[in-house]
Amino acid sequence: MAICHVTDQDFEEKVLKSDIPVLVDFWAAWCGPCRAIAPVIEELAEEYAGKLKVCKMNVDENPITPGKFGIRAIPTLIFFKGGQPVDQITGAVAKSTIESVIKRILD
Amino acid sequence: MAEIYDLVIIGGGPAGLTAYLYAARARLKTLLIEKLSPGGQVLVTDFVENYPGFPEGLPGWELMEKFVAHVKKLGFNQRLGEVVGLEVEEKGIKKIKLAGGEEIKARAVIIATGASPNKLGIPGEEKLTGKGVSYCATCDGPFFRDQIVAVVGGGNTAVQEAIFLTKFARKVFLIHRRDQLRAQKILQERAFANPKIEFIWNTVVEEILGEDKVEALRLKNRKTGEESFLRIDGIFIFIGMRPQSEFVKGLLPTDERGFIITDCEMRTEIPGIFAAGDVRAKACRQIITAAGDGATAAYMAEHYLSSGS
Repeated sequence: MAICHVTDQDFEEKVLKSDIPVLVDFWAAWCGPCRAIAPVIEELAEEYAGKLKVCKMNVDENPITPGKFGIRAIPTLIFFKGGQPVDQITGAVAKSTIESVIKRILD
Repeated sequence: MAEIYDLVIIGGGPAGLTAYLYAARARLKTLLIEKLSPGGQVLVTDFVENYPGFPEGLPGWELMEKFVAHVKKLGFNQRLGEVVGLEVEEKGIKKIKLAGGEEIKARAVIIATGASPNKLGIPGEEKLTGKGVSYCATCDGPFFRDQIVAVVGGGNTAVQEAIFLTKFARKVFLIHRRDQLRAQKILQERAFANPKIEFIWNTVVEEILGEDKVEALRLKNRKTGEESFLRIDGIFIFIGMRPQSEFVKGLLPTDERGFIITDCEMRTEIPGIFAAGDVRAKACRQIITAAGDGATAAYMAEHYLSSGS
Protein backbone atom coordinates (compact mmCIF):
# COMPACT_ATOMS: atom_id res chain seq x y z
CA MET A 1 0.00 0.00 0.00
CA ALA A 2 1.24 3.41 -0.83
CA ILE A 3 2.07 5.88 1.88
CA CYS A 4 -0.70 8.40 2.48
CA HIS A 5 0.14 12.04 2.95
CA VAL A 6 -1.99 13.76 5.55
CA THR A 7 -2.61 17.42 6.27
CA ASP A 8 -4.13 19.38 9.14
CA GLN A 9 -7.38 19.37 7.14
CA ASP A 10 -7.74 15.63 6.52
CA PHE A 11 -5.95 14.31 9.62
CA GLU A 12 -9.19 13.48 11.42
CA GLU A 13 -10.68 11.72 8.42
CA LYS A 14 -7.59 9.74 7.41
CA VAL A 15 -6.02 9.01 10.78
CA LEU A 16 -8.43 9.36 13.68
CA LYS A 17 -11.35 7.74 11.85
CA SER A 18 -9.29 4.95 10.27
CA ASP A 19 -10.63 1.41 10.66
CA ILE A 20 -7.13 0.02 11.10
CA PRO A 21 -4.20 1.30 13.22
CA VAL A 22 -2.20 4.15 11.72
CA LEU A 23 1.47 5.07 11.89
CA VAL A 24 2.08 8.78 11.24
CA ASP A 25 5.64 9.90 10.42
CA PHE A 26 6.04 13.61 11.23
CA TRP A 27 8.86 14.96 9.07
CA ALA A 28 10.33 17.97 7.27
CA ALA A 29 12.53 18.51 4.25
CA TRP A 30 15.37 20.08 6.28
CA CYS A 31 15.64 17.12 8.65
CA GLY A 32 18.46 14.69 7.80
CA PRO A 33 17.30 11.82 10.03
CA CYS A 34 13.84 12.13 8.44
CA ARG A 35 15.52 11.38 5.12
CA ALA A 36 17.45 8.54 6.76
CA ILE A 37 14.34 6.84 8.05
CA ALA A 38 12.26 7.31 4.86
CA PRO A 39 13.17 3.98 3.16
CA VAL A 40 12.34 2.10 6.37
CA ILE A 41 8.90 3.74 6.50
CA GLU A 42 8.31 2.82 2.85
CA GLU A 43 9.21 -0.82 3.50
CA LEU A 44 6.91 -0.98 6.51
CA ALA A 45 4.05 0.50 4.47
CA GLU A 46 4.40 -2.33 1.98
CA GLU A 47 4.96 -5.12 4.45
CA TYR A 48 2.02 -4.23 6.69
CA ALA A 49 -0.36 -3.22 3.88
CA GLY A 50 -3.97 -3.87 4.88
CA LYS A 51 -3.12 -4.19 8.58
CA LEU A 52 -1.49 -0.86 9.26
CA LYS A 53 -1.98 2.44 7.47
CA VAL A 54 1.25 4.40 7.07
CA CYS A 55 1.01 8.16 6.69
CA LYS A 56 3.43 11.07 6.56
CA MET A 57 2.82 14.62 7.70
CA ASN A 58 5.05 17.51 6.73
CA VAL A 59 5.35 19.65 9.88
CA ASP A 60 6.31 22.77 7.93
CA GLU A 61 3.12 22.76 5.91
CA ASN A 62 0.91 21.55 8.75
CA PRO A 63 1.55 23.38 12.05
CA ILE A 64 -1.69 22.52 13.88
CA THR A 65 -1.53 18.75 14.31
CA PRO A 66 2.12 18.56 15.45
CA GLY A 67 1.35 21.27 18.02
CA LYS A 68 -1.66 19.31 19.26
CA PHE A 69 0.51 16.27 19.93
CA GLY A 70 3.33 18.30 21.50
CA ILE A 71 5.89 17.41 18.85
CA ARG A 72 9.22 19.12 19.49
CA ALA A 73 11.47 16.74 17.58
CA ILE A 74 11.45 15.02 14.23
CA PRO A 75 11.27 12.44 12.96
CA THR A 76 8.55 11.46 15.42
CA LEU A 77 6.39 8.43 14.74
CA ILE A 78 3.03 8.32 16.48
CA PHE A 79 0.89 5.19 16.42
CA PHE A 80 -2.87 5.69 16.48
CA LYS A 81 -5.45 3.07 17.28
CA GLY A 82 -9.18 3.78 17.44
CA GLY A 83 -8.52 7.51 17.12
CA GLN A 84 -6.12 7.62 20.06
CA PRO A 85 -2.34 7.95 20.14
CA VAL A 86 -1.09 4.71 21.73
CA ASP A 87 2.67 4.83 21.26
CA GLN A 88 5.44 7.13 20.06
CA ILE A 89 9.02 6.86 18.81
CA THR A 90 11.40 9.80 18.39
CA GLY A 91 14.47 9.84 16.16
CA ALA A 92 15.75 7.71 13.30
CA VAL A 93 15.66 4.23 14.79
CA ALA A 94 16.23 0.82 13.24
CA LYS A 95 13.40 -1.03 11.53
CA SER A 96 13.28 -3.71 14.22
CA THR A 97 12.54 -1.07 16.88
CA ILE A 98 9.56 0.23 14.92
CA GLU A 99 8.39 -3.28 14.14
CA SER A 100 8.34 -4.29 17.79
CA VAL A 101 5.86 -1.47 18.46
CA ILE A 102 3.78 -2.35 15.38
CA LYS A 103 3.54 -5.98 16.46
CA ARG A 104 2.40 -4.96 19.93
CA ILE A 105 -0.25 -2.68 18.50
CA LEU A 106 -1.55 -5.18 15.96
CA ASP A 107 -1.78 -7.93 18.56
CA MET B 1 24.57 -22.44 -2.37
CA ALA B 2 24.22 -18.87 -1.22
CA GLU B 3 26.50 -16.47 -2.98
CA ILE B 4 29.65 -15.32 -1.25
CA TYR B 5 30.60 -11.69 -1.67
CA ASP B 6 34.19 -10.58 -1.96
CA LEU B 7 33.42 -7.77 0.42
CA VAL B 8 30.56 -6.72 2.65
CA ILE B 9 30.64 -3.19 4.04
CA ILE B 10 28.54 -2.63 7.14
CA GLY B 11 27.39 0.98 7.43
CA GLY B 12 26.70 3.67 4.85
CA GLY B 13 28.27 6.83 6.26
CA PRO B 14 31.33 8.56 4.78
CA ALA B 15 33.64 5.63 5.66
CA GLY B 16 31.38 2.93 4.22
CA LEU B 17 30.50 4.86 1.06
CA THR B 18 34.14 5.70 0.35
CA ALA B 19 35.11 2.08 0.92
CA TYR B 20 32.38 1.10 -1.54
CA LEU B 21 33.71 3.54 -4.12
CA TYR B 22 37.20 2.09 -3.92
CA ALA B 23 35.97 -1.52 -3.81
CA ALA B 24 33.72 -1.00 -6.84
CA ARG B 25 36.60 0.53 -8.79
CA ALA B 26 38.67 -2.52 -7.85
CA ARG B 27 35.79 -4.59 -9.29
CA LEU B 28 35.21 -6.45 -6.06
CA LYS B 29 31.82 -8.10 -5.71
CA THR B 30 30.59 -5.84 -2.95
CA LEU B 31 27.46 -5.34 -0.86
CA LEU B 32 26.82 -2.45 1.50
CA ILE B 33 24.41 -3.01 4.37
CA GLU B 34 22.87 0.05 6.05
CA LYS B 35 20.08 0.10 8.61
CA LEU B 36 18.73 3.48 7.47
CA SER B 37 19.32 5.35 4.25
CA PRO B 38 22.98 6.08 3.43
CA GLY B 39 24.56 9.16 4.95
CA GLY B 40 25.21 8.36 8.57
CA GLN B 41 25.74 11.02 11.19
CA VAL B 42 26.50 13.66 8.57
CA LEU B 43 22.76 13.72 7.93
CA VAL B 44 22.23 15.42 11.27
CA THR B 45 24.92 18.04 10.60
CA ASP B 46 23.30 21.25 9.50
CA PHE B 47 26.32 22.60 7.68
CA VAL B 48 29.69 21.14 6.74
CA GLU B 49 32.39 23.70 6.23
CA ASN B 50 35.58 21.71 6.70
CA TYR B 51 35.34 19.20 3.86
CA PRO B 52 37.99 20.12 1.27
CA GLY B 53 36.75 21.02 -2.18
CA PHE B 54 33.63 22.82 -0.91
CA PRO B 55 34.91 26.27 0.07
CA GLU B 56 31.39 27.67 0.55
CA GLY B 57 30.36 24.74 2.76
CA LEU B 58 27.17 22.77 2.27
CA PRO B 59 24.41 21.05 4.29
CA GLY B 60 25.36 17.61 5.60
CA TRP B 61 22.62 15.83 3.69
CA GLU B 62 23.74 17.50 0.46
CA LEU B 63 27.31 16.31 0.89
CA MET B 64 26.08 12.78 1.51
CA GLU B 65 23.84 12.96 -1.54
CA LYS B 66 26.99 13.62 -3.53
CA PHE B 67 28.72 10.62 -1.93
CA VAL B 68 25.75 8.42 -2.85
CA ALA B 69 25.55 9.80 -6.40
CA HIS B 70 29.22 8.96 -6.77
CA VAL B 71 28.85 5.29 -5.77
CA LYS B 72 25.68 4.99 -7.86
CA LYS B 73 27.76 5.76 -10.93
CA LEU B 74 29.56 2.50 -10.25
CA GLY B 75 26.40 0.48 -9.64
CA PHE B 76 25.53 0.76 -5.96
CA ASN B 77 24.65 -2.65 -4.54
CA GLN B 78 23.09 -1.87 -1.18
CA ARG B 79 20.43 -3.24 1.07
CA LEU B 80 18.54 -2.22 4.17
CA GLY B 81 19.50 -4.36 7.12
CA GLU B 82 20.55 -4.31 10.72
CA VAL B 83 23.61 -6.40 11.49
CA VAL B 84 23.37 -8.21 14.82
CA GLY B 85 26.27 -10.65 14.60
CA LEU B 86 29.54 -11.43 12.86
CA GLU B 87 31.28 -14.81 12.83
CA VAL B 88 34.27 -16.34 11.12
CA GLU B 89 33.78 -19.77 9.56
CA GLU B 90 36.13 -22.22 7.90
CA LYS B 91 38.56 -20.90 5.32
CA GLY B 92 38.15 -17.40 6.67
CA ILE B 93 34.60 -16.94 5.35
CA LYS B 94 32.77 -14.28 7.34
CA LYS B 95 29.12 -14.75 8.23
CA ILE B 96 27.08 -11.59 8.79
CA LYS B 97 23.85 -12.09 10.69
CA LEU B 98 20.94 -9.72 10.21
CA ALA B 99 18.02 -8.96 12.52
CA GLY B 100 15.27 -11.21 11.22
CA GLY B 101 17.58 -14.21 10.87
CA GLU B 102 19.05 -13.76 7.41
CA GLU B 103 22.75 -14.51 6.91
CA ILE B 104 25.16 -13.11 4.36
CA LYS B 105 28.62 -14.47 3.57
CA ALA B 106 31.74 -12.64 2.46
CA ARG B 107 35.45 -13.19 2.22
CA ALA B 108 36.21 -9.76 3.65
CA VAL B 109 34.25 -7.34 5.84
CA ILE B 110 34.66 -3.64 6.53
CA ILE B 111 32.92 -2.45 9.67
CA ALA B 112 31.93 1.17 9.21
CA THR B 113 28.99 1.37 11.58
CA GLY B 114 29.98 4.67 13.12
CA ALA B 115 28.89 6.02 16.44
CA SER B 116 25.79 7.44 18.05
CA PRO B 117 25.40 10.30 20.51
CA ASN B 118 26.05 9.73 24.19
CA LYS B 119 23.29 10.40 26.65
CA LEU B 120 23.74 12.20 29.94
CA GLY B 121 22.03 9.39 31.82
CA ILE B 122 20.21 11.69 34.23
CA PRO B 123 16.64 11.74 35.52
CA GLY B 124 14.13 13.19 33.07
CA GLU B 125 16.30 12.67 30.00
CA GLU B 126 14.61 9.61 28.57
CA LYS B 127 11.08 10.62 29.56
CA LEU B 128 11.42 14.00 27.84
CA THR B 129 13.30 12.90 24.70
CA GLY B 130 11.37 14.38 21.80
CA LYS B 131 9.62 16.71 24.25
CA GLY B 132 12.43 19.21 24.54
CA VAL B 133 15.39 16.85 24.97
CA SER B 134 17.22 16.55 21.66
CA TYR B 135 20.41 15.18 20.14
CA CYS B 136 19.90 16.86 16.73
CA ALA B 137 19.83 20.64 16.39
CA THR B 138 19.06 20.67 12.67
CA CYS B 139 16.04 18.42 13.25
CA ASP B 140 14.58 20.08 16.26
CA GLY B 141 15.99 23.62 16.37
CA PRO B 142 13.10 25.12 14.39
CA PHE B 143 10.64 24.01 17.10
CA PHE B 144 12.30 26.44 19.53
CA ARG B 145 11.78 29.70 17.69
CA ASP B 146 12.01 32.65 20.16
CA GLN B 147 12.43 30.26 23.06
CA ILE B 148 15.27 29.56 25.47
CA VAL B 149 17.44 26.49 25.00
CA ALA B 150 20.51 24.96 26.63
CA VAL B 151 23.33 23.12 24.90
CA VAL B 152 25.44 20.68 26.90
CA GLY B 153 29.05 20.01 25.89
CA GLY B 154 32.22 21.82 24.92
CA GLY B 155 33.46 20.07 21.78
CA ASN B 156 33.09 20.94 18.11
CA THR B 157 29.55 19.63 17.79
CA ALA B 158 28.26 21.37 20.91
CA VAL B 159 29.70 24.74 19.92
CA GLN B 160 28.71 24.52 16.26
CA GLU B 161 25.16 23.52 17.11
CA ALA B 162 24.89 26.24 19.78
CA ILE B 163 25.73 28.79 17.09
CA PHE B 164 23.20 27.17 14.74
CA LEU B 165 20.48 27.28 17.40
CA THR B 166 20.84 31.07 17.74
CA LYS B 167 19.08 31.26 14.36
CA PHE B 168 15.89 30.18 16.11
CA ALA B 169 16.17 30.53 19.87
CA ARG B 170 16.22 33.91 21.55
CA LYS B 171 18.82 32.70 24.04
CA VAL B 172 21.23 29.76 24.09
CA PHE B 173 22.98 28.70 27.30
CA LEU B 174 26.08 26.63 26.69
CA ILE B 175 26.68 24.44 29.73
CA HIS B 176 30.12 22.91 30.02
CA ARG B 177 31.70 20.95 32.84
CA ARG B 178 35.10 22.56 32.36
CA ASP B 179 36.25 26.19 32.33
CA GLN B 180 37.21 26.21 28.67
CA LEU B 181 36.00 24.75 25.39
CA ARG B 182 37.59 21.89 23.47
CA ALA B 183 36.12 23.02 20.14
CA GLN B 184 38.28 24.31 17.29
CA LYS B 185 39.37 27.90 17.76
CA ILE B 186 37.40 29.21 14.77
CA LEU B 187 34.19 27.90 16.34
CA GLN B 188 35.10 29.28 19.76
CA GLU B 189 35.68 32.73 18.29
CA ARG B 190 32.25 32.71 16.68
CA ALA B 191 30.54 31.48 19.82
CA PHE B 192 32.20 34.09 22.05
CA ALA B 193 31.21 36.81 19.59
CA ASN B 194 27.57 35.72 19.47
CA PRO B 195 25.44 37.90 21.79
CA LYS B 196 22.74 35.23 22.10
CA ILE B 197 25.09 32.65 23.63
CA GLU B 198 25.73 32.70 27.36
CA PHE B 199 28.29 30.34 28.86
CA ILE B 200 27.80 28.46 32.10
CA TRP B 201 31.19 27.04 33.08
CA ASN B 202 32.26 24.24 35.42
CA THR B 203 28.70 23.03 35.57
CA VAL B 204 26.90 19.74 35.05
CA VAL B 205 23.21 19.03 34.50
CA GLU B 206 21.85 16.84 37.28
CA GLU B 207 18.22 16.59 36.27
CA ILE B 208 15.83 17.62 33.49
CA LEU B 209 12.54 18.82 34.89
CA GLY B 210 9.10 18.93 33.30
CA GLU B 211 5.91 16.92 32.97
CA ASP B 212 4.89 16.84 29.30
CA LYS B 213 7.73 19.04 28.12
CA VAL B 214 11.07 20.34 29.32
CA GLU B 215 10.67 23.24 31.72
CA ALA B 216 13.89 23.56 33.67
CA LEU B 217 17.28 22.07 34.50
CA ARG B 218 18.79 21.38 37.88
CA LEU B 219 22.46 22.35 37.65
CA LYS B 220 25.44 21.84 39.88
CA ASN B 221 28.64 23.84 39.86
CA ARG B 222 31.56 21.41 40.06
CA LYS B 223 33.86 23.94 41.73
CA THR B 224 31.58 25.33 44.42
CA GLY B 225 29.06 22.47 44.71
CA GLU B 226 26.32 25.05 44.43
CA GLU B 227 22.99 23.91 42.96
CA SER B 228 20.75 26.05 40.81
CA PHE B 229 17.76 25.87 38.51
CA LEU B 230 17.68 27.15 34.95
CA ARG B 231 14.37 27.78 33.24
CA ILE B 232 14.52 26.61 29.61
CA ASP B 233 12.31 25.20 26.85
CA GLY B 234 14.73 22.75 25.30
CA ILE B 235 18.05 21.03 25.94
CA PHE B 236 20.42 19.82 23.22
CA ILE B 237 23.00 17.26 24.32
CA PHE B 238 26.34 16.92 22.50
CA ILE B 239 28.72 15.09 24.83
CA GLY B 240 30.55 12.76 22.51
CA MET B 241 29.80 9.49 20.86
CA ARG B 242 29.59 5.81 21.63
CA PRO B 243 30.54 3.27 18.96
CA GLN B 244 27.96 1.06 17.29
CA SER B 245 30.04 -2.05 17.83
CA GLU B 246 27.87 -4.25 20.07
CA PHE B 247 27.67 -6.97 17.40
CA VAL B 248 31.44 -7.63 17.50
CA LYS B 249 31.67 -7.88 21.28
CA GLY B 250 33.81 -10.88 22.12
CA LEU B 251 35.00 -11.24 18.52
CA LEU B 252 37.24 -8.22 18.11
CA PRO B 253 39.34 -6.29 20.61
CA THR B 254 38.03 -2.84 21.45
CA ASP B 255 39.17 -0.07 23.74
CA GLU B 256 37.41 0.42 27.08
CA ARG B 257 34.66 2.46 25.41
CA GLY B 258 33.99 -0.14 22.70
CA PHE B 259 35.82 1.47 19.77
CA ILE B 260 37.38 -1.22 17.55
CA ILE B 261 41.15 -1.45 17.62
CA THR B 262 42.94 -1.58 14.27
CA ASP B 263 46.43 -0.97 12.98
CA CYS B 264 47.10 2.07 10.81
CA GLU B 265 45.96 0.11 7.73
CA MET B 266 42.49 -0.47 9.27
CA ARG B 267 43.18 -4.16 9.95
CA THR B 268 41.58 -5.65 13.04
CA GLU B 269 42.97 -8.65 14.84
CA ILE B 270 41.11 -11.02 12.48
CA PRO B 271 42.49 -11.29 8.92
CA GLY B 272 39.95 -10.00 6.43
CA ILE B 273 37.98 -7.92 8.92
CA PHE B 274 38.63 -4.19 8.78
CA ALA B 275 37.18 -1.24 10.64
CA ALA B 276 36.89 2.30 9.31
CA GLY B 277 35.52 5.64 10.44
CA ASP B 278 34.10 6.66 13.80
CA VAL B 279 33.69 3.08 15.06
CA ARG B 280 37.48 2.72 15.11
CA ALA B 281 39.65 3.65 18.08
CA LYS B 282 41.42 6.85 17.00
CA ALA B 283 41.90 10.48 17.92
CA CYS B 284 40.27 12.44 15.12
CA ARG B 285 36.67 11.78 14.07
CA GLN B 286 35.81 13.90 11.04
CA ILE B 287 34.08 13.27 7.69
CA ILE B 288 37.40 13.52 5.90
CA THR B 289 39.16 11.07 8.22
CA ALA B 290 36.25 8.62 7.94
CA ALA B 291 36.46 8.81 4.16
CA GLY B 292 40.24 8.29 4.36
CA ASP B 293 39.75 5.25 6.59
CA GLY B 294 37.23 3.85 4.10
CA ALA B 295 39.63 4.19 1.19
CA THR B 296 42.44 2.53 3.13
CA ALA B 297 40.18 -0.29 4.33
CA ALA B 298 38.97 -1.06 0.79
CA TYR B 299 42.51 -0.96 -0.52
CA MET B 300 43.66 -3.36 2.18
CA ALA B 301 40.61 -5.61 1.65
CA GLU B 302 41.53 -5.88 -2.02
CA HIS B 303 45.08 -6.76 -1.02
CA TYR B 304 43.80 -9.37 1.44
CA LEU B 305 41.53 -10.95 -1.17
CA SER B 306 44.27 -11.23 -3.75
CA SER B 307 47.06 -12.36 -1.46
CA GLY B 308 45.28 -13.90 1.50
CA SER B 309 47.09 -11.70 4.00
